[in-house]
Amino acid sequence: MFTALFIMLGLALVIGIALGISALVFKVEGDPLIARIDAILPQTQCGQCGFPGCKPYATAIAEGRADINQCPPGGDAGARALAELVGVEYKPLNAANGVEKPKAVAFIDEETCIGCTLCIQACPVDAILGAAKHMHTIIASECTGCELCLAPCPVDCITMLPIAETPDNWKWKYPVFPIKSIPIETSNNNTH
Amino acid sequence: MNAIIQFTNKLFKHGLSSITEKNSLNIGNYDVYAFNGGVHPPEHKSESTKLPIARLPLPEKLILPLRQHVGNLPKLRVKVGDTVLKGQILAEAEGNVSAAIHAPTSGKIQTIDDEVIPHPSGLKDLSITLIPDGIDKWQPLTPIDWQHTPKPELVAKLRESGIVGLGGATFPTHIKLRTDGKSNVHTLIINSAECEPYITCDDMLMRERAEEIAQGIKIVQHILGAEKCVVGIEDNKPEATQAMHTVGESYGFNVKTVPTLYPSGDARRLIHLLLGTEIPSDKRSTDVGIQVFNVATVLAIYRYFTFGEPSISRIVTMTGAVQQPQNFEVLFGTPLSHLVKAAGGAHKDTTHFMMGGPMMGFDLPRADVPISKAANCIIASTPQLFAPPPPAMPCIRCARCADACPVNLQPQELYWFAKSDNFEKARDYQLFDCIECGCCSYVCPSNIPLVQYYRYAKSEIIAIDKAKEAADMARERNDFRLARIEREKLERAQKHAERALAGKEHADVPSSKNDDIKATGDDAKKAAIAAAIERAKSQKATAATSGETPKNAAPDNPAIQKEIAEIDARRASVGLVEAENSKPTTQADDEKQAKIAAAIAKAKEAKALAETSKENIAEANISNDNLATKPNATANADAEKQAKIAAAIARAKAQKAAADASKQQNDIEKK
Repeated sequence: MFTALFIMLGLALVIGIALGISALVFKVEGDPLIARIDAILPQTQCGQCGFPGCKPYATAIAEGRADINQCPPGGDAGARALAELVGVEYKPLNAANGVEKPKAVAFIDEETCIGCTLCIQACPVDAILGAAKHMHTIIASECTGCELCLAPCPVDCITMLPIAETPDNWKWKYPVFPIKSIPIETSNNNTH
Repeated sequence: MNAIIQFTNKLFKHGLSSITEKNSLNIGNYDVYAFNGGVHPPEHKSESTKLPIARLPLPEKLILPLRQHVGNLPKLRVKVGDTVLKGQILAEAEGNVSAAIHAPTSGKIQTIDDEVIPHPSGLKDLSITLIPDGIDKWQPLTPIDWQHTPKPELVAKLRESGIVGLGGATFPTHIKLRTDGKSNVHTLIINSAECEPYITCDDMLMRERAEEIAQGIKIVQHILGAEKCVVGIEDNKPEATQAMHTVGESYGFNVKTVPTLYPSGDARRLIHLLLGTEIPSDKRSTDVGIQVFNVATVLAIYRYFTFGEPSISRIVTMTGAVQQPQNFEVLFGTPLSHLVKAAGGAHKDTTHFMMGGPMMGFDLPRADVPISKAANCIIASTPQLFAPPPPAMPCIRCARCADACPVNLQPQELYWFAKSDNFEKARDYQLFDCIECGCCSYVCPSNIPLVQYYRYAKSEIIAIDKAKEAADMARERNDFRLARIEREKLERAQKHAERALAGKEHADVPSSKNDDIKATGDDAKKAAIAAAIERAKSQKATAATSGETPKNAAPDNPAIQKEIAEIDARRASVGLVEAENSKPTTQADDEKQAKIAAAIAKAKEAKALAETSKENIAEANISNDNLATKPNATANADAEKQAKIAAAIARAKAQKAAADASKQQNDIEKK
């Protein structure tokens, strides 16, 4: 009987030590929930949610201060993913925060730009290049399309250009079944 | 249940293979290792093998899309209006995975603009339009002595050749041949299975140019260092097999016949067939010492090394609903309509053209798209040849697709996930191992276009991954920006605090408790002033005697020193200082002075730093507060920074002065 007791005690001791060590070794830094919410957010840093960036919004969601439907760039899919992660009911996007738009990048009309640097200061991801009294330009690959540079521009030289479809970013479409075959103009050219 | 049976089957087979060689299943008379699944659609190959390969006459114009290969777009090297010779480079490889584009004939560049390219999207992309001059004049060609050239050089040369995998995947060849010491390729496999229906370009190539192919194999084997070479040909090409056998004996490579079963021409399937090796899904064939080359690619490599001819043409099978199906040697950029005309024209009821085979190919958007490096076969399609697919019925989960899948996937599950946009699940079920061969769609009794669903899911997943990557980058940049703003704010605050502190100290100094230090300090100051006056006097005297232009010597004060450097620079710029002296010395002088000034400034700052730190220590001692070390450190950093800035300003000024002086000198010389 004592053997069994000792075995159980020994096991408890060993497992306890192992758990204690692993708790120290695999300690999680920071709040993983905020990081996980932040990972879902599109990182546009546009502030449409009412918070000054994606991380503050993620923090607000984690603390229950904000709803999951305030991020228009994340779209419906983003709201669904957030709802699932946080464990709340899905809600359609709050129209007060804005509507989902196709992804666009800012474009500076370099003829009109006066080099005031206001847009550079507004850009949350440092995607605008330029200096005082020198023309500015957008690094298109870095631009998140947050539109924060539009408002400060005193000469309204910034426009949002939707990203065009190229063979590079073209996607195969969801299969749709044609009702009837459409005759193609080439059939006429090949008769001779 | 089906999955379990498959699994046990697989386990059984693998168990055998590891013990004995008995798994080399004898299918008919072939000594090959069969793979799971596969289909055998009607071949339709005999139509286009009746005539030998024909050379296409020069078209009126050639449209060369820059996007003809996997990887980065090449960089343009010509502009509109340029006259180019045949074989001249038009665009050079940009980055690692990229291939060059060469002029297929001599002529003039008419436009460089967006044109419709042979791509399933039907979108336009940047293309060079070349108008042939009809002379077809080669640029001077430089053959390469591959036997006596170091291998890295050969690979570098291949990068300029524009050769890509001509089997249809168009992967730049120089990447596959990279010999960075790590490659331990022992077996080269030449893929000439050509398993897809209708396509016969490799077949005809082997029939007619076996000797050249053998030479190419020798070169590739040399570069790869592969001792063994196996050529895999499907058994529906007896003439080609015979031709390769004949040369194979003298060149020492093995020709193996594989049963006709689609998709045996897929690289991994062929490796399995010929060697019985299964490549893990996350590894490449080179990781297990095997490299696969298409037969046409090998021939292109031979022509490049032996004659110096870059990749400017390929063999294209023009078949389907045309008067005379045939293989043609087509210059890249030739409009499809030209090729159709050469094949006697398309039948009246042709609805569209397909590029690639009927299993994996895609419909071309227009009849005048150019022939690109990927175009192994063009099929004129009529409703008789390819009946429009009957309407898709619901999946009955019969798992026939799983039986047909050569990659041992579960197509019915993948279909389910792709259809419901459950991309993560699709990825878990190894969607990216799918080779889009179309066997599943072919056998599906419900006529579901399964491959279309997989392609859709794949491109969606790729887009999602890209967006995620962009988001991560944006997050990083945003974090960095916030950190920078925070740092700048802190720095500003510190600077303010320091300035306030310095002002206070200044006020404090006269009423300092330590009169001795103050007295000695005063004495030193007085002495310094006296010395300075003395020096100034003596200088004045020398200046007066020598009759020189007044020139500032280097006094102790760095601020004045800087000012002097500035004034000197300005003087130099207006040509005041030592106009009679040679300019270089002035420049050298200015530079030297600036350097001295910088050095002095540095020294001064260091001294100040030492003082401030001393003060800080004293402060810390008085208050016994450990926090005092922090301002100390920041003061250090600040002083250092200021010194650096001062030095930088001095340097910049000196440089500017020098530049101005030399410019002026130039001006004078011009005059």
